[in-house]
Order: sequence, then C-alpha cells, then structure tokens
Amino acid sequence: MTEIGGSLLSCGPFEEDREWTMDDYASTLARWCPGCGDHAVLSAVERVLETEQLPPEQTVFVSGIGCASRLPHYLSTYGFHGIHGRALPLATGIKLRRPDLHVFVVMGDGDCCSIGAAHWIHTTRYNPALVALMLDNGVYGLTKNQTSPTSPKGHPSNTQPRGAILPAMNPLAVTLGVTNVSFVAQTGDWIPAHLYETILAAHRHRGFAFVRILQRCPQYTGALFDTAVRDPGLVELLTHPDGVTVPDLDRIYKNQQRHDPADLDAARRLAEPDGKIRLGVFYRNESLPVYDEMRRTPIRSTAEKLALLNEELDRYAV
Amino acid sequence: MNIVSSSPTTAAGAPAPRAGRTVARVPEHTVEIVSDSGEGAQKCGQIFARVSAKMGNGVWTVEIIPAEIQPPARTPASASGNRVRIGTRPVTNWGDHANLVVAFNEQVLLHRHRLDALADDAIILIEDMWAAHDDPDIRLAWSGAMEELGGRAYRFVPVPMEEQCLTVLDNPRRGKNMFALGLLAWIYSRDLDKIRDLIAQEFRKKASALYDTNVALLELGHQWAEEHLDFRIDVPAVASDRPMMVMNGNQAIAIGSIASGMELCAMYPITPATSASHYLSDIFEKFGGIVHQAEDEIAAIGVAVGASFAGRVAFAITSGPGLALKTEFIGLAVMTETPLVIVDVQRGGPSTGLPTKVEQSDLLAAIFGQPGDAPHVVLAPATMEECFLSMTTARRIAEAFRCVVIVLSDANLATGVQPFPRPDVNEHWLAQPPDLSPVAEGLRPYEWDADRGISRRLVPGQPGGMYTATGLSHDEWSHVGYTPDVHERGCVMRSRKLAVFQQMLKPPQVYGDPEGELLVVGWGSTLGAIEEAVDRARAEGLSVSSLHLRFLSPLEPGLKEIFQRFRKVITVEINYSDEPSDPFITPENRRRGQLCWLLRAQTLVDVDCWTRVPGEPLRPASILQGFRDHMPQEVKR
Repeated sequence: MTEIGGSLLSCGPFEEDREWTMDDYASTLARWCPGCGDHAVLSAVERVLETEQLPPEQTVFVSGIGCASRLPHYLSTYGFHGIHGRALPLATGIKLRRPDLHVFVVMGDGDCCSIGAAHWIHTTRYNPALVALMLDNGVYGLTKNQTSPTSPKGHPSNTQPRGAILPAMNPLAVTLGVTNVSFVAQTGDWIPAHLYETILAAHRHRGFAFVRILQRCPQYTGALFDTAVRDPGLVELLTHPDGVTVPDLDRIYKNQQRHDPADLDAARRLAEPDGKIRLGVFYRNESLPVYDEMRRTPIRSTAEKLALLNEELDRYAV
Repeated sequence: MNIVSSSPTTAAGAPAPRAGRTVARVPEHTVEIVSDSGEGAQKCGQIFARVSAKMGNGVWTVEIIPAEIQPPARTPASASGNRVRIGTRPVTNWGDHANLVVAFNEQVLLHRHRLDALADDAIILIEDMWAAHDDPDIRLAWSGAMEELGGRAYRFVPVPMEEQCLTVLDNPRRGKNMFALGLLAWIYSRDLDKIRDLIAQEFRKKASALYDTNVALLELGHQWAEEHLDFRIDVPAVASDRPMMVMNGNQAIAIGSIASGMELCAMYPITPATSASHYLSDIFEKFGGIVHQAEDEIAAIGVAVGASFAGRVAFAITSGPGLALKTEFIGLAVMTETPLVIVDVQRGGPSTGLPTKVEQSDLLAAIFGQPGDAPHVVLAPATMEECFLSMTTARRIAEAFRCVVIVLSDANLATGVQPFPRPDVNEHWLAQPPDLSPVAEGLRPYEWDADRGISRRLVPGQPGGMYTATGLSHDEWSHVGYTPDVHERGCVMRSRKLAVFQQMLKPPQVYGDPEGELLVVGWGSTLGAIEEAVDRARAEGLSVSSLHLRFLSPLEPGLKEIFQRFRKVITVEINYSDEPSDPFITPENRRRGQLCWLLRAQTLVDVDCWTRVPGEPLRPASILQGFRDHMPQEVKR
C-alpha cells in the first residue's frame, strides 16, 4: 500500500473493492405522502445504482422543484436540488466539465413540461449523456393542486375548478419530435419491475435518456391511473431485445407489441393517444452526436496554458 | 458653407501654416471615421487605433454604432464608425470633440454634428461624389446638410473616395474603409508596415486576394493624400519602457478569464457582451475550455452553476436584460455557496433600452436584484487592463469565499481600445484542478467557521463528501430545515463571509488633494473622464478631488473618513437621477444616482450626484460643468 493509498483508507468510507448495496444509497426517510408513486421510483433508482455498482461519490442526482425533485435528498450520492424547471441546465453543466460523473435528473411534469420546457426541448437536442426521469402525475402537488400541462382535459384543480380547459400535452410525442432525440421510454410507478428495467436501460444508453414515469399522486390525481392499475388490459407493453423486456410480466400484461426502438416513425405513431397506456422503450439511437462528447477539450498542463496565453498576448503586443 | 480646397488653412491647434506642406504638432488629436453601417468605418478606426498604440501613442476608442446591422443607407441613423483619441501621453477617455473626421457621406456626418461631437474647427474629409450625384434627391440632401453644417467653422476637404476605389475594385462599399485608413496613415504619419501586419491579422494570413486588395486600397489612400493634402498632424509618441498590449475590454475579459484558469463560459447572445464570447469561441478550446451557447439566459447561468458545482469554476457573460433573467439562479448559487462569476457588460436600460450604448444603471440590480437576502460580491473594472485582471480577482474571491461575484463592465469598456502594460500571466493566476481527495467521515458540506462563515467546498467525486446542495434553507449538513435557528444561522454565515472579505480590502486612494471642497466619486468606465475633468477643474483653481471605487459590494473601507475631509461629496455616474430643479422634484422624492443611493445609505453622508444618460460616454467638459454647478455655494464660480 502506497502512502497515498494508506491515507485514503484512513479517511473513512472509501474502499476500492467495496461492493455497494441498496442500503448504501439510502439516506433519510422520504417525506412523500403515503401511497405516493415517488417512493417506488426511489426504490427502483436504488436498485439500479446497486446493479450498476455506481460509487455514490461518482454519482450526482440533480432536480428541480416539486414533490419529485426532493428525491436527491433521500439518496446518499451527491445531489443538487436546484430551482423550478432548471435541473437540466445544471446537469448539463456538471456533465460538460465532469464527464466522469454519472448524472441523473429528476423532474416533475410542471418542472419539465411547463416552466422548464425550453430546457427539455434543447437538452433533448444537445443529447448529453444524462438520465432524465420525468415523474408525471398530471398535477402540481407541492403547491397544492393546480392544473399542469399533462392534467387530463376536464380534470378539476384549484386553478381550473371546472376541469382542465385544454387537452393534456403529450410529452412523449414532443420529445420524439425533437431533432437529435436519442432515447424515449415510458414506464409506470405501479410496475416496479418495469420501472427498474426502464431506468436501467436509460442509464446504459449513450446520450440523453428521457423516461416519462407515470406516477400516482394519491392526494390530488389518485384516479388518474387507477383504471390502468386495476385493469392490466389497458396497458400495452412495447417489447424488443433492444428495448425493455420483463419476462415476469407476461402473465399479467398480455397486451404486448413488438416494437423496434430503432424505428422513429413507428415510435411517433405509438406515442399518439389511442386509449392505451404504452410502456417500454419508444426510441433508442446511440449513433447520434452526444453534446458532452462533442465538446471535450484537451486537458492542458499549467505550462502549456501559460505558453498558449503568452502566444495569444503576443497578438496584442504593442 | 464653402467647400474649400484640399488645403485647409490651419489644422486644429496648429501653428499658422508656412508655405507648402504644414505639419501641426499637437499633444493629442481626436479622429472620427463615420460611414453607413456595413461600409467598414469601424474596422478602419480599429486598425488606426491599434497602429497608433503600437507606435507608442496613448489611445482610447469609442464605437459609434447603430443597433441595427444595416439601417437604410445615407441616413443619420445609419452612422457607424469609431472615435479614436490619440495622445502623446496615455489617453483615458474619449475626450470632448473630434478634431478630424473622415465621413463617407454627409448624412452620417450630420448625425455626429447633431450630437455636438465635432470641434468647431474640425477638419472634415468627406466623400465628394454626393454633391454632383445623378439622383436629384441626393443632391438636395447634400445641399440641405451643407446648409445645416454651415453654422460651424468646419473645414471641408472633398475626397473622391469612390472614384479612387473603383480603380481597384468593383464594389467600393467594401473598400472605402481601407482607402480612408490610407488617408489617415498619411496625415498622422502612421507606419504602413505595421498597418499591413494588422490587415494580415484581420484576414489571418497575408497571402490572400482579400489582403492584397485591402493593402492596395490602403496604399492608394496614402498616395492620394500625399498628392493632394498639404497638411499633416504630428502627435509625438513616447515609446513605453514596459511591454504594452492593446485590446478592448471584451477581449481583455475573454483572455483574462483564460488567464484565471476558468474553463467554461456560458452565454446567450446579447449586445454588448457577445464579442467577448465570439473571441473566446475562437480560442478557448485550445486552452481546454469551451463556450456553451445555451438556449436562453437562464440555461446559460444554470450550466455555469452546474460546472462550478462540479468543481470547475465557470462564468456567465451577459448584459442587463440577461442579468435580470439570471436572478433566480444567482439566488441558488448564493444559497448553495457555489462559486460563480457573472460578467454584466452594461448597456442602456430599462428593458431593451440602448443595446449598443453605454450606461451604468445595473449597479443596484446587481447588488440587490435577488429576492431574499443574497449576499455576494460586486466589483467594477475601470479600464481595459482592469477588465483583464478582474477575471482572476473574481475567480479567486468566488472560490475562496464560495460566493457569487458579479463583474460590472459596460459598453464603453467593452468596445473601447486602450494600450496597457502586458500582464505577467503566471501559474498563480490559474485555478487549481478540483480537489477530489477523500474527505474524513463526518465532514459537513457547510462546516462554517463560526466567526467567518467560510466553509470548505466539497466536490462530486470526493469519497466521503456526498451531500445534496439545495436552494432550500439548510443546516451545516445541507439538510433542509425550516426552523428559525437553521434559517437565521444560514443567513448569518452567508453574510459574514462578505464582512470578512471587506476587511481584506484597502481604503481607496483619493485622486488630487486628500481634502478640499468637492469630492467626486465614480465607478467603472468613467475613471479617465472624471480624472481629466478633475485636472481641468484644478487648473481653473477649483478645489476638486476624485475617488474611484472598484468594489461596490461590499464597499471599500474608510469611505466615511475620506468623505468627511470634503465640504461636499457627489457621485458622477452614467445612470438616471432627477434634477433637483425639475418640476415636482423635492429632496424627499428625488431619485438619485445608483452609487449615490448606496453611499448615502452606507455612510449617512449627504452625498449628492451628477448623472447623465446620453447613451454615450461622459465627456470631460460636461463633467467639469457638473463640478462647477456642484461646488459648495460659497466657492461657486
């Protein structure tokens, strides 16, 4: 053991050959409501971290503001709980200068599809190597029940008490319409195995992996996915060796459609509303430009930087 | 108004002409080159300024620039160009009036005339094709303009610019600027080789058709002047014994940021900040840095905050409207104690305001613009050199105090050119790579020093240091807490850092006598104009001194003691204040200059102000008049 290694060990939790368990990723007790779908997402995330054996110090969870955005506080990785709608730029900044880190983004539907819509569109286009989890419960929960862009038409809230005036936005179709989109998937909080597999697939994707998680809010939109939870027949699983396959689900979810995630046109058709809730990978393409990879620059030594600086200053010499 | 021959009888400030060619030796001269937008007068002015600096003259330039790319030609609103003031000694501001003008048409000249930009005896070299133009409307416009210009003793020298340029190229709109440069090169005896080098730099290489054409036009202008002009102007140069550089403030900020070791500039296009990011985009990558052009101002600062959080201090560059949009993220950076540098190249406001013109009206927004208590540092460079140095200063403060630093530049510094001593860049300026070593178990992410509020920054990648930064009120563990003790302690700790920082600052130096009748306090780009006005005032026998602040928040120490040595203190600023004599204005409702508000609040001294918002830099002569008006009653002249 070198001197440096010795000091590393004496510093506490750092061990090179350590095996991480789910407990190692857990932090304080989550403060979400009982029955909130966010709990399931947290568990699935912890499972993914364990499966991938991501060192907590090399992992960053970035979030905006809202119920879902509290998630980083409940993990023992690094985290940045930012401001409403702006998690994606923060995460892009982290990834741009620290490509060695595993960066996950957690947002709600208001966060992503409303106040942060510009960043959602443009981050999809930049295609940085991030996992973006959009927890969509169709309502502003933390601010106490206001209509969100994904609230179903007619759904009453405190701001539209006679029901949502407009039809709900379709986040999948929007994302699939953006140039350079590279990964779009949908899953539901009530199917833990599918949730886990989808987040895992997103993490393994090279580029920006956008996952819409249909998430129940027992407080304000309890009924939103009720029928789908009770009747698996309303759900259609998209299956493919390049997508997400959860064999154990075959018995419950008999509606399955084989969909090649390489087929963008088909993905866009499947994203259109037709009464079915489709879960799985809609689109995946790893051959697209990845922003943080495109923007890598040489690492310069101090001596090199100074030499280049002096060269540059020569241009202005009097 | 007579159009005189190519031989005005005297040059400004020059001795009476002898027979034949005269050379007027003057300590300084102010030149303006004005054209329609797109005709390249700015390029001509920039090269003239740079060659003058290279020859050892003091130089200060100001861009004359419309907000549009190509407004309708031959209109006063289309005027585009440069003022270049050169001197034997260092030049610190744009002065009062131009002594010599090269105008590509009479309408753009009219624009400058109407702004009272030209000296009464200014020599005006003007394109003469318009007087006898085929289009009667143009002839009419010409004669109308000449009538309006006739009230002054301007001396006109008609120059057949277009006719001459057509001997070299087909589209003279693309070449008159180099011809004009040739005229100026002859009049001021500029070194043609140095100019050729500068033209080569513009086109990145010598061996190109573009270079050849431009040099041919330069030489043509030079030759024409030699054959037709019988006056020259000599502004003797004194070579500096120190290596000097010449660049504008935005270039200085760009290279300064590299010299500070920062590796990410996040921006969204906004005038007048963009030219800094253009330049960085060109060179940053070879240093290992990048410019990220974000989808909007908010995303830009978000990316910078993210990069800084991840251990690489980043900066965002913007102007007033962009600063407004960044407000919420500034609060987040303050709350999470994420080091961050923001450069605000100020322009006229509010709203879109005067996009290309100077103003100093973002000061209070920069300091107080964030909802909630968001203590951070605001500093303002006063020269191009300080633009360069301020980036390392800002980066260091941001890292040492885990805080936000806003650097307030302005359009005058951004586009103006001035020579300054070449900085001795060294490894101490560069940021250290992030410390990724493991941290001892139990180290808190905000382990505030109880007295100083300073804590060690933990960076992702450091084993044992994991925490979740949050914009919510939090304790030393970064755990969210809403109890009074948690919130109050956080506020105290974040504020305490600024007090500690303030104690490290030195009291500012008074320019002129350390006591007297009137003390003038300024900040930012007005330094040179204020000090020139002070010099003139003192020459008139007025007891005036000045003080220039670089740190606006926290303020530099010792101000009250300095103020108390003067009978009256005023600020001079390029921002709005009510005139005490205006209708409805009383001492109770009067809105004051922004630094004035600050100084009154901080020192309880009855500081007055003289401020203007002309959309151009302040002129020493008008500042001097401001002094005269503000002298304490008993000594007013």
